[in-house]
Amino acid sequence: MERIEVLKTYKLYIGGQFPRTESGRYYALTNKQGATIANVCLASRKDFRNAVVAARGAFAGWSSRSGYNRSQILYRIAEMMEGRKQQLVDELLLQGISKSLATKQVETGIDHWVYFAGWCDKYQQVFSAVNPVQSSHFNFSVPEPTGVVAAIASQDSPLVSLIDLIAAAIAGGNTIIVLASSKYPLCAITLGEIIATSDVPGGVVNILTGKQEELLGQFASHMDVNALVLPEIANDLLEKAKLEGANNVKRVHHYKNTNWERGDFLQPYPIMDLQEIKTTWHPIEQIGSSGSKY
Amino acid sequence: MSKRINKSKVTELDFSSVWSYAASPESTDHIKIAPRYEHFINGEFVKPTSGKYFKTINPTSEAVLSELAQGNEKDVDKAVKAARKAYTEVWSKMSGAERGKYLYRIARMIQERSREFAVIESMDGGKPIRESRDIDIPLVAAHFFYYAGWADKLEFAFPGKSVAPIGVCGQIIPWNFPLLMAAWKLAPALACGNTVVLKPAETTSLTAMKLAEVIRDCGLPPGVVNIVTGDGVAGAAIVNHPDVDKIAFTGSTDVGKIIQRATAGTDKKLTLELGGKAAHIIFDDAPLDQAVEGIINGIFFNQGHVCCAGSRLFIQESVHDKVIRKLKDRMNTLVVGDPLDKNTDVGAINSAEQLGKINHYLKLGVKEGAEIWQSSCAIPRKGYFCKPTLFLKASQSHRIVQEEIFGPVLAVQSFRTIEEVIEKANNTPFGLSAGVWTDKGSRIFNLTTKLRAGVVWANTYNKFDPTSPFGGYKESGFGREGGLHGLSAYLKI
Repeated sequence: MERIEVLKTYKLYIGGQFPRTESGRYYALTNKQGATIANVCLASRKDFRNAVVAARGAFAGWSSRSGYNRSQILYRIAEMMEGRKQQLVDELLLQGISKSLATKQVETGIDHWVYFAGWCDKYQQVFSAVNPVQSSHFNFSVPEPTGVVAAIASQDSPLVSLIDLIAAAIAGGNTIIVLASSKYPLCAITLGEIIATSDVPGGVVNILTGKQEELLGQFASHMDVNALVLPEIANDLLEKAKLEGANNVKRVHHYKNTNWERGDFLQPYPIMDLQEIKTTWHPIEQIGSSGSKY
Repeated sequence: MSKRINKSKVTELDFSSVWSYAASPESTDHIKIAPRYEHFINGEFVKPTSGKYFKTINPTSEAVLSELAQGNEKDVDKAVKAARKAYTEVWSKMSGAERGKYLYRIARMIQERSREFAVIESMDGGKPIRESRDIDIPLVAAHFFYYAGWADKLEFAFPGKSVAPIGVCGQIIPWNFPLLMAAWKLAPALACGNTVVLKPAETTSLTAMKLAEVIRDCGLPPGVVNIVTGDGVAGAAIVNHPDVDKIAFTGSTDVGKIIQRATAGTDKKLTLELGGKAAHIIFDDAPLDQAVEGIINGIFFNQGHVCCAGSRLFIQESVHDKVIRKLKDRMNTLVVGDPLDKNTDVGAINSAEQLGKINHYLKLGVKEGAEIWQSSCAIPRKGYFCKPTLFLKASQSHRIVQEEIFGPVLAVQSFRTIEEVIEKANNTPFGLSAGVWTDKGSRIFNLTTKLRAGVVWANTYNKFDPTSPFGGYKESGFGREGGLHGLSAYLKI
């Protein structure tokens, strides 16, 4: 007798755990033939708010990790993902993506983790400055993470865009809540499982599945979200998000025409978009100011 | 100190009976202020389309100094058209080296006319001549000088990227550092190859119009810099103009949010430098006399009309009483009065409106239960003045602790532990600046790392430099002004 396959329940990833949506709602994901592949959580406003609490709670710890440590953890994600490569490919196939594209998505995604892992302890050096002020002060400027980031992954780049958005945010010490592609949500949750087993502290990355039009307003208006990243979005929705975002002077970043698979995001600048520059001053003593002759 | 001495009896020193200063006013006879100033559009001084003017007064004497063109949508449209034309035909095509030379010229001419600028700044805005002469105007010249040198070196600023100017920039500036804010806006914008429509604040437009004369005299191509005076109508017209590519605003958080909303449906780039409510933290191991000087400079510099003013003072409990005693003594020596007098420490409040707002908060603080203490100084009967004020025993929930007052009013709280003060300091929607005083190096870096603010002064306060980026976290805005980082506000990267 043929063995009955165990089907996987896809849930949300919030605060290091995999809860079902508190709303109990779902949407059915179907394949091309119309058969149900999975019942996907339709995340609610409350799920998002829980995720923000988790992300805020994780921020102090994650942002104070050393760049080296964050780098190792991002690299660990790449290692874990390599090990589960076939599962991700299978999920993309199941959702109707061609074999060659699916493999490309997964392999590119892994390589992008490695790319951003490398930046964790380098962007600070590239974008910091010791400023030659006129007065007798030591003055330097360094990037620091903006805080809690909310993002929406590209609909048609379900894995690579998701990875790029998460990686750019957390490489820089931010914590993030990201909404997966509603067309291809399955591998997003599997990515959550990979992240959960890669020494990423709970709450640093939170992944929701659901409807953009339902959650965008919540993403934009939440007063404890510092930045909003919206790669692809209709103009009217973008305008609405910016309007709501102004309530707490949110940093809203919109990346038009990004080709994720080509590697458009492979730069330090997406990391820097989620950084604040902090400048510190301290006096320099003037005794012995004539200096040494040697 | 001996335990037998009753501390409260020895604390207050009476300076008023000991000495007084002879008046030492800065001369104004060489200052020429025209009875009327027009808009500066396309290299010429042009009358406002409305034919209307508004008066600008001296907040010290309440006398009318001059009148300025009342800008509206039509004036702004003219200015934007001039800026666009100058951008496409001249400025964006000019080499960086040549742009830089114009900026050097401007810097030099400001230095040559610096005393005139300083005196007018103090007459129109109320700030002490010592500050306008020694801080504002030298920084203005230095800012132009610094960014002049960037104009032909931009390709080295952002590794791996080619950069381009954004286009026409609309810039709206506040009344607290009128000419300095104009310089912060204009210098990087022009160095990066943009053209500008600038609107100075309604109560402090005179030095901007004097700057227009400098710009004209420097031979800057017409339309590269346009200055439209007026109120919020002119400001809104700049923000809403469809042919403006970028808005840079310095001002209140409330107006900043309005501007962020107004640009939501557009591709306009935006940088905002908004309000603050800085924590100024004094640890028990700090050099207390220096710290008191820092507190004074933090909150009474420019009458407290400073977005980064150290307006929330946190003193470690073990030295609280001692610091307050020293602070009161020092406050009693502050000379409040004629901004043009070289002895003056605290000048005039910028406008009747602002004085009303400060007085509102003074009443509110008392009503909320904080303990008010004011310097014993005399203040002039005429003009807008406010005594340097402390609110003791303030608490986190007080509105005088939560809201930006923009005046010489300091809310004082005490703390016991480092954890507590970090929590209290960061517990605000603002994040512009902070200060910390301690003798311990490792503690300085602990604090400066954990304070969520764009500028942190350690064992100093309220220092500024063209090379030093300035700007906020959270609701204090985004983008930086000054330094290499300030370039990114005016470039497509």
